[in-house]
Order: sequence, then structure tokens, then C-alpha cells
Amino acid sequence: MQTTHNQTEAGAVGSHTPVNIDEVMQQVADHKGCGTSGGSGKASCGSGAGENDLPKEIWDKVKNHPCYSEEAHHHYARMHVAVAPACNIQCNYCNRKYDCANESRPGVVSEKLTPEQAAKKVLAVASTIPQMTVLGIAGPGDPLANPEKTFKTFELIAKTAPDIKLCVSTNGLTLPEHVERLSQYNIDHVTITINMVDPEVGAKIYPWVYYNKKRYAGVEAAKILTDRQLQGLEMLTERGILSKINSVMIPGINDQPLVEVNKAVKSRGAFLHNIMPLISAPEHGTVFGLTGQRGPTAQELKALQDSCEGEMNMMRHCRQCRADAVGLLGEDRSAEFTTDKIMEMEVNYDLDSRKAYQAAVEQERQAVVAAKQEELQTLAGAHSDIKMLIAVATKGSGKVNEHFGHATEFQIYELSTSGAKFVGHRRVDLYCQGGYGEEDALATVIRAINDCHAVFVAKIGGCPKNDLKAAGIDPVDQYANQFIEQSAIAYFKEYLDKVASGEIEHIVKGDAEIRQGALIAA
Amino acid sequence: MAFKIVEENCTGCCACEPECPNQAISEAKGGLFIIDPAKCTECIGHHDEPQCVAVCPIDLTCIIDDNYPRYEAA
Repeated sequence: MQTTHNQTEAGAVGSHTPVNIDEVMQQVADHKGCGTSGGSGKASCGSGAGENDLPKEIWDKVKNHPCYSEEAHHHYARMHVAVAPACNIQCNYCNRKYDCANESRPGVVSEKLTPEQAAKKVLAVASTIPQMTVLGIAGPGDPLANPEKTFKTFELIAKTAPDIKLCVSTNGLTLPEHVERLSQYNIDHVTITINMVDPEVGAKIYPWVYYNKKRYAGVEAAKILTDRQLQGLEMLTERGILSKINSVMIPGINDQPLVEVNKAVKSRGAFLHNIMPLISAPEHGTVFGLTGQRGPTAQELKALQDSCEGEMNMMRHCRQCRADAVGLLGEDRSAEFTTDKIMEMEVNYDLDSRKAYQAAVEQERQAVVAAKQEELQTLAGAHSDIKMLIAVATKGSGKVNEHFGHATEFQIYELSTSGAKFVGHRRVDLYCQGGYGEEDALATVIRAINDCHAVFVAKIGGCPKNDLKAAGIDPVDQYANQFIEQSAIAYFKEYLDKVASGEIEHIVKGDAEIRQGALIAA
Repeated sequence: MAFKIVEENCTGCCACEPECPNQAISEAKGGLFIIDPAKCTECIGHHDEPQCVAVCPIDLTCIIDDNYPRYEAA
């Protein structure tokens, strides 16, 4: 009989430096400041925590990780390799049979890779995209239900591309028996998807789990799962491995219970909590898709994230990417790196040129933060209860640098007298939706950013400008190619002045729609 | 009898392969999986339930193959 969880085969690839866990976790728990130079007020995190707010060993782990640092996600890219197709639980939001190249749900990939193919792909991507700093294994099944493939892949990559951070995403069912091995392989970041801590809630999300050679159903299954998840989380914390908790928000099923999840994971040392909207459409063939279970609206999601934020850092920049995604979080370049293409690629992995490029990226990043800090000074002393959202069209680098019509997503910032805070993003691309023409496209965008007062773009045509104005959204192109947060604060200051002078009246905007479906390949 | 894998349902996820106590499951052409009926014991004598059925993410994918008599432990 084949042993799938043989820990003795792991081999010592490396080991973690001992750290004082209590001290470190207390520092993680306490920090709430954000931004590279900190001090921009509480939690524009996600985690936007910066180097002055975190212990150095933690800052070093998160600073270039686009998933763990909101700030880093504007500058650094990640990739996933789909080496782990098997799963050991069934979720009502997942259907493993569905496969569409334009589908962006986790759990869906176009092709699976062997560890050797994956290692080649990582080198090919790292040579092409020097700001690619993170390699994750996230499926399409559960990486720890495929331990040999997962760890073989890590081993190969650690040898050939030692500067790349390794991370893994798991449902947590077999996490406790793999924590030691994760530690040996220098896996610094582990994401656990935790949707409940109450098995009664879990029974509505998980029809079954496969554990110790048996299939369990209902509450019994959910009880096993939650026990194992929380035990695994505690074990990670004990070893100083950073953990991020992903939770899928399912209105009416676990929306309020997620507050309890938040408390449970916070108390066990989780670094970051990522509450994501349910993706559910009938054509996905998932149980929730077929039963008509809806996902949350933009404001429902934001309200839950806001209510958990006092407890811990919230991630709001997750794009719920596929298990084979490549690139910045808002883009997917996986089509450039299919197995056929990478096998033909000449790969020249040059560590020095990667480092040089990343040094330039770091300068750009410092410039973004410096500009924000400078602009923030102009708000010093100003107090107003007005808060507003703006949507920003950006291609990255923290700048307003995308045309309105080319944007596949908008980044959402909340403006107040404490500054500009990243609070989310809205997808507006139209692939796999079917039947949307040009006119519908604009209506779709408006629905997606309907809770925003303004949209910042590099350029915009006359027609959409007028339609946006009619919808109460101010089209702003005066900050083209300037830094987002600096521009947003300047705009907000001007807005407050206009409200004060009576030139405009501040109105409260309504809700917006979270769009689902595909993320296009760039 | 033995179990078989319904080709149209198989996603090629390979979850069943390592769980089979008889190494009866292997990857076939096209990335899908097949069960060798000569090796399959329906997990009798190994586990309480057939492992391929228990772990398969798609219902009615690992099913009894009527072309073979039921397995009887020796």
C-alpha cells in the first residue's frame, strides 16, 4: 500500500531559525499601522502593514509578497503551478468537472503539470517577469492531498530559483501531519481556507470529507475539518510560519459566523484574514450555483471586512485567482506560459538581473509612499465625517495609468480625512459572460462601481464621461500617470473644500455589484 | 466483480490512484484513470468502503463493473 503522508521521506532542505513565537505573535497581533514608512493611520492593511510596524523577520517575509502585502501587490507578481489535482473534501462552491480556459475560479485549470514541468515553468516565468517573487501551490485540488507532488515541486524550485518565496494553500484537513515538513522546506507562508468553526454551519458548506480512509458526511465531516484546521493553524504559529486565512462569504450561510472564524483564527496567531465573495453561477455546475445561492454585494462584503478589521488585518486585494495564474494579481499571463511554450523556451535564469530589476521596483515603491506621505500632510488637522469611495484604473506601479475603456478591473479606495485606504477591487471584464455589447459594457461598469463618487482614469472618451456623470460618478482624468494615493488625497481635499463652500452637496452612494466570471489573459 | 471508472465523469484528478490498496488504478492515455479489474478487490479485507468511491469528487464515477463477478475474499 502506498503511503501518501510519509514524513520521513521529506529530507532536510533547510530549517527555520528559532524565534520567540509569543513575542513575534504579540507584535503581529498588535501592529495596525500601514505603508512602507508606516504611520498612515490604522490598517490600510490587507496587510498594508509596513516595515516600521512589523518585526523585521516578518516584514522581510511579507514585503515582496503580493498576497500578504497590499502595497507589494502593485509591484510584485506571483505564480501558481497546478501540480496538485487531487482533493480530499467536497465544497458546495466547487465543481471539479468544470473546465474553461476563461474561467477564473480557484479549482479550475487548463492543464496540470508534473513537478518537473512546474520547475521549468517557474524558471521560464521568473526569467521573463523579474518582479515575480512568489511561487504558490494552490491546487487545483488540495496541495496537501498531493504531498509528494507538492513537496517535490518545492524541492526542485528551491534548488534552481532560491530567491523565490514558496507558499501553499490548503483546506487544512491534512495540515497537522504536514506542518513539520512544510517547516523543513522553508515554506514561509501557508493559506488555510476556513469557512466556519461551527460544524452546523460547516454541514451546509461541505457535503463530505475523506479522512483516514473513510468518507464522512454532514456535521461529523465539518467537525473533523474544523478541528484539523485549527490544530494545523496552531502548529504553524508555533513554528513561526505566517498564515493567511481565506474565507468564502456565503450570504445567509456563513456571513455572520465568519466573525467567529475571525476571532478563532486571530487568537491562534493568523497573520491575515481574507474574506472573499462567493463565486456562484448556474453554469459553473456547483451545488451553490444550481441552488441559486447568491454571492454578497460589494457593500455587504465591505461591511463584513470592516467589522472584522478591528480584530486583525484584512486582505482586500485578493483576485481569487486560478491554481495556474501568472503575473500581477490583477492580471493573468498564464496563456503565455503553456506547457508547450515553456518546453520550447530558452531559459536564462539570471539572479543578478532579477535583483537589479527588483531594486528599481523598490525605488518606485518608495516614491509612491513618499508621495502619499507628502500629500497626507496637506490633510493634517482636517476633520470631516465624510467618507467616499473612488474607483481607479491602473496597470500597476501604484499609478493612475489605465484608460477607462481598457480597464478589466478598478481598484477601490476609501477616502477620508485619515487618508486614502485600499478597500477592494471590482472586475469589469466581459469574457465568458455572453451577450454583452458595447452599450451593455458601460452599464456593467457603472453597476460595478455604483458605490463610488469618482473614477480615476488615464484617459476617457466623451460618451462614457457623460454616462458616468449621469450616474453620479465623477470621471477624473486630471491625474493621468500620477500616483494613486497622492492623487486621491488631493482630490478628496478639493472635494471637501467644495462641500464646505456649498459648491457641491455630498450625497451617500448606493451599493454595487460584484461581477463574476472570467479574468481575461492580458 | 471489480470497480470501473466511468470515462465521461473522470476529471483525471488522480485522487483515487494513491488510495487504492491494490495498486489497481493507473493513469491511461489522455490523463484519465482506469482500474485493472484483475487487481481490484473492491477493497474487501482492506477498508470498510471502496477507497476510489470514497475519495472521488464526482458521484457515480467509480462504479461496479457488471462484466465481472463480485469479488470474494479467498
